[in-house]
This record gives sequence, structure tokens and C-alpha cells, in this order.
Amino acid sequence: MLTITHVGKTYANTVRALDGISLDVAPGEIVAVVGGSGCGKSTLLRLVCGLDIPSQGSVALDGDTIASPHQKIGIVFQEPRLLPWLTVAGNVGFGLADRPRAERAERVARQLARVGLADKASVWPRELSGGQAQRVALARALVMRPEVLLLDEPFSALDAFTRADLQDHLLDLWADTKPTLVVVTHDVDEAIVLADRVVVMRPQPGRVFAAIEIDLARPRDRQSAAYDFAKRRVMAALDRKPAIDDCETRSDHGAAMWW
Amino acid sequence: MSLFSISLSEPVAADESRPLARFAKPALGFVLPVGLGVLWEFAVWQGYSDGRLVPPPSRIWATLTELAASGELQRHVAATLMRVAAGFCFGVIAGTLAGAITGYSALTRRLLDPALQALRAIPSIAWVPLFILWLGIFESSKITLISVGVFFPVYLGVMGAVLSVDRKIVEVGRVFRLSGAQMVRRILLPAVLPAYVLALRSGLGLGWMFVVAAELLGASEGLGYLLVDGQQLGKPAQIVAAIVVFAVIGKTTDWLLSLAAAPFLRWEDRYGGRQ
Repeated sequence: MLTITHVGKTYANTVRALDGISLDVAPGEIVAVVGGSGCGKSTLLRLVCGLDIPSQGSVALDGDTIASPHQKIGIVFQEPRLLPWLTVAGNVGFGLADRPRAERAERVARQLARVGLADKASVWPRELSGGQAQRVALARALVMRPEVLLLDEPFSALDAFTRADLQDHLLDLWADTKPTLVVVTHDVDEAIVLADRVVVMRPQPGRVFAAIEIDLARPRDRQSAAYDFAKRRVMAALDRKPAIDDCETRSDHGAAMWW
Repeated sequence: MSLFSISLSEPVAADESRPLARFAKPALGFVLPVGLGVLWEFAVWQGYSDGRLVPPPSRIWATLTELAASGELQRHVAATLMRVAAGFCFGVIAGTLAGAITGYSALTRRLLDPALQALRAIPSIAWVPLFILWLGIFESSKITLISVGVFFPVYLGVMGAVLSVDRKIVEVGRVFRLSGAQMVRRILLPAVLPAYVLALRSGLGLGWMFVVAAELLGASEGLGYLLVDGQQLGKPAQIVAAIVVFAVIGKTTDWLLSLAAAPFLRWEDRYGGRQ
């Protein structure tokens, strides 16, 4: 269980990036965090990852407070962030340096095959396309068998076709070991395709405005009426479109539902 | 698609099938110096000039073979090479350590960098009297001077490279919970390597510059001594011969250095200049 309790983050220049964020994510759950730019969603992910520490409150995994990067928490960034001096296989095996060579080679090969890049093992990162590089980044995180995988706008730099492919691919990979996924995104479609629950954040300071359950069977049909309805609810919470009457939105923050 | 790939790949294939073409591109660099040499040789041969102050290539070559036959050339080259090698080693070690420490820690940077930058502004020759007083007129003062010359480009290069390592890549190391030493070995060192090779090459270039300064100001052997000797005895061919040897050895050592570094830099995603 990933527990985020009353987390706030104030930067040295007194900018309050986050205020009073509370969120529980169950094991195996997929949570998408959406919000406009500057709402602190990436900051939240950095706190969960242990790259930054919160100014108030705390983040814990199974009761273990996160103050620095945690073995069981993996992250995929917006950019692939592959190490250019290592081959694809070297990048995927980067976190397995302390394992015996044979085990490392075996796990790397299996993970690369799983993301469909077995033939690219000995290639330099510069020779990969954007989508392939992001798949290598995904493999690098998954090969560590994380309990929680954080994704920070992982597909936002890709074209629409590659993005849709990788969203399906991510769900496929998730089904293997069912890690907890926290996906930060500004793409409402991406949130609804992936998530069990969509957390909507609003800025200044960043706080949770609403959490919307997406109770749709997977694989989700991007054209169905139910999908469209879910999308309208999220859009309404983001204040992008006029609210619809029968939209039932639960707020974790207790903010007034003004519509 | 196939149309494109055919029209694009054809000239490349033709280029590789002709063995001459492989040498044609490097050979382009010889056109200017060889052309000028031939022109001057012709001018002296025709009697437009006596070539006393500016000797033609044939006379320089004769001087070189003469020096080589007597074993003089080898002795001078060996002496100069030894000095550059020793000075380069000391300069690189000191420059790498100082650059890495100041790049890594802001405190040491504030402490050391201003003083080092001030020292860098001092013209190299200004050190010579002091080094001679301190270390005598033999090898130590010369090697120290060369080390000083090598130190600064290496120091600046390493410090700049460490400072400009991509924060995002360092974060990858943090996510994988690398210790300080692991972070240096697995992230920082490989990341600064291309800039480091460049710094070593400029350091070597300055080493060759400073060895001349050191040998001009009192030496009994070395290529710099050949220069002074040629001036004092009025033998311009010997001066030019020594300069040519400097150029050849300097270029060769630089080439060897890049050659040694190349296997470690195969991953680089470079622009590489227009072909």
C-alpha cells in the first residue's frame, strides 16, 4: 500500500508547489494523476520516488517512510534518460550490477524480449526511435521487479499512434506482475485508458481536487459511450467543459462542489 | 521509399568500391603544404631566390637526413619527448584531480578556482626565472614549466565537464541508489569522457608549446636547442627542420591520443561536421 499523507512541498523561493495532498494507492491499482501544467503533479511523483523530500507530511510504502529512492519503487521519466555510453542491454541491466552475470544476462534478455526489442540488445541508444527508447526505459524499470512503478508523462513526447500502442503495451506488461502504477499525465485519454482511478489536481498551490473511479472493463474501447462519459467527468473536474448534471464526483479534499 | 533508398545509397557504394576514393579525402590536406613546397623548390632551382634565409624543401630534407645519420636528431627528439611526456603526466594528474574536486564540490570551487584562474592569466615565460631559481637549470625546471602548461586546459576542461553533466542522467543514478563512488564510476566518469579527451588534447598541445619555451631558455639538447643552435650559427635549414619535426611529432602524438580514446567514445551521437 502506497500512502501519501498530508504532503506539502514549498520550494526555497517560497513557491508552494503542493499543499495537503493525501492519497492511498492499493497494491496493483493503476492511478492516473491529471492536471494542467504547474499543478504540481510531477513534483508529487518526485516526492513518491524519493528524489525530493516533502516539506510537510510524508510518503510511505507498506509503512516504510520514503526519504530517498526506494528499492521497490521504479520510475520512468518523460524522456527515456538512457545512458548513451551503454548499449540497450547495458541500460536495461543498469540496476542489476550487483547480480551474478548469468542472472543479469538472463533477466535483461527476457525483459527486452517482453518489450519487443530482443534484436536491439547490442545497439547504442542513439540508434533507437523515440518509442523504442521509451520501451527500453520501461524495461530498465521493470527488470527490477518494482512493487510500485511511477510514470511521469511517459508517452507525451511520442506521436499519437506510438502513444496508443505503448499505452496498450504498458497494460499488457502490467498484467504480468501487477505492480502498482502511478501515471502522471496531462492527456485525459491516456488517464482513462490506463487508470482504475483518475486523480484530478488543480494548481496554486497544487492540491487534489477530485478522484474519479473509472469502472470500465479492459481493454477499453476508446469509442464507447461509457468511455466518453468518464472523459466528460474528468474534463469537468479539470474545469475544461461545462459540468453535466449527473456527474458524480467525489472529492478527497472536501472542496465545495459548486455545480 | 525504395526509390529513395536506391538513389541515396548508390553514391556511397560507388565511393567504397573505388580504393582511391578512400585516400582521396585525407590527401586533400596535403595539397596546400606540398603545393607551396614544390613552388618554392622550383623558384630556388630557377634562381629567383638563393634560398639562404628560406631554405627550399630539398635543403631541409638534406639537413634532416644529415642530423639523423649522425644520431643527433634521435638524441634531440628523445630529450624533447621525455620532457613532454613527464610534464604531460604530472600536468594531467594534477589537472584531473583539481578539476574533478572543484567540479564536484562548490566549496572547493569557491576556494580554489579564483586563485587558479589568476595563475592561469600569468604568461608562461614569466615562470621561467622563478623555476630556474627554485629548481635549477636542468630537467626539473623544464618539466615543471610543461606541467604548468598542461595543467590549465585539463583543469578547466574537467571542471567544466563535471559541472555540465546532465542532471537528468545523475537522477537516473540516484533512482538506482548508487553510492557516491558508484555515481562517479558509473555516471560521472563516462559522461565527462568526451570532454576529457578534448581537454587532454589541448593539454598536450600546450605541452608542446611550453617545451619549446623551456628549451629556448637554456638546454644542451632537445629540438628547442636545435632551434637556438640554428639561429646562433646561422643555419636556417636546421631551424626549419626542427620546426618540421615539431609539427610531425606534435601531430602524431595528438593522433595517437585520439586513436587511444576512440574505442571508449564509440557511443557518441555526434554531428561530426559536414562531410
